[in-house]
Amino acid sequence: MPEIRVASVSHSFGDGAARRPVLRDVDVVLTEHRIGIVGANGSGKSTFVRLLNGLIRPDAGTVTVDGRDTVKDGREVRRRVGFCFTDPDAQIVMPTVAEDIAFGLRRRDLSRAEREERTRAALTAYGLDGHADHPAHLLSGGQKQLLALASVLVTEPDLLVLDEPTTLLDLRNAAMVRRVVDGLPQQVVLVTHHLDLLDGFDRVLVFDDGRIVHDAGPAEAVSAYRALAAG
Amino acid sequence: MPNPVPLYLPGDSVVHRLGAGTKLLVLLTAGVALALWRSPWQVGVALALVLFGYAVARLPLRTLLRQVVSLAWIAVPLLVIQWIFASWEIGVGVVGSFVTLVLLAGLVTLTTRTTAMIDVVVRAAGWLRRLGVDPERVGLMLALGIRSVHVVLGLAEEVREAQYARGLRASPRAFAVPLIVRSLRHADRLGEALTARGVDD
Repeated sequence: MPEIRVASVSHSFGDGAARRPVLRDVDVVLTEHRIGIVGANGSGKSTFVRLLNGLIRPDAGTVTVDGRDTVKDGREVRRRVGFCFTDPDAQIVMPTVAEDIAFGLRRRDLSRAEREERTRAALTAYGLDGHADHPAHLLSGGQKQLLALASVLVTEPDLLVLDEPTTLLDLRNAAMVRRVVDGLPQQVVLVTHHLDLLDGFDRVLVFDDGRIVHDAGPAEAVSAYRALAAG
Repeated sequence: MPNPVPLYLPGDSVVHRLGAGTKLLVLLTAGVALALWRSPWQVGVALALVLFGYAVARLPLRTLLRQVVSLAWIAVPLLVIQWIFASWEIGVGVVGSFVTLVLLAGLVTLTTRTTAMIDVVVRAAGWLRRLGVDPERVGLMLALGIRSVHVVLGLAEEVREAQYARGLRASPRAFAVPLIVRSLRHADRLGEALTARGVDD
């Protein structure tokens, strides 16, 4: 599995009097297969995962993925780190399902035949083969999130970061996304409020006020988080 | 809400099999021709050819009718104004050429995959590379333009429902402000997603 190394990272949003620290001197090394991240809204977890593929540059400290700096080697890091957001509508770029999956391959050095083959395989793997030419905006919420996942996974990243992928989904669709995530051979970093998604994970980090306040297996971390939330 | 940019409908007709470049060239040529020749009979012939294209492409009649309906709110007032202030010939010529070109553009998008159109645009914009412009970005702009129409229509529907739920039935400001704010927020998130997918690299 890739080694994610976050060293003395701090980050703030806003300027002057409106400056708000969201991460405070975070230090962590992640090498496990499945890593969960939980915490209250505004605790810094989404900012933390956005550091992992260079979407956010830390104000202080460094983030590396397998030794590659997410700021200096951003391009190389983004080729290895796939990112899936909460709202699939915001990450679907092309009008139809198959075209959106193929979009991620446009900038790869692949022939048209290879792109088509990989797109077909992704459509089948994520149960979207009956929707290849359907308008993406007409899919159900769950299908849109599967499309967003397929569009990222078709590029074969070594690490997949998911930022609350089930927040907008009902139970059935959330379970569908969970099954896909469970079957992935890649390293997965999952931010979630659905704590049952973390069953079987190797490690769970609990964020509070910009810091990692618990770092343990899922059972221990989740009970610590529940205690924290209960105040 | 009527859809002003119809999306690709799979098919194996002659029109579907025509190259994207050829279809875009026909659209461009028709645009130039209808700017030069727009007497009622010339526009009538052009419109008949476009409708013939729909028939050859074996597109559903309701797809065509939906587009005609979505054009009516602008075409009818425009025809009336031209008729009053100019003449019926000019009215028919202007409005007829507008309707013909929009329907032809619809025929192109209904029978051509967006990726095929992007490939053509990227090839055609290849010379811009010498000026430091990435042709792939030009193609991406086309794709995002098509996709954004549907996104904004969806947001407009949500804002309208929220407006009705709060009893603000005919308030343009209560409709426009949240729509603009939500569209900008969507653009922000889309930009982040494009960066995450390596488009900026």
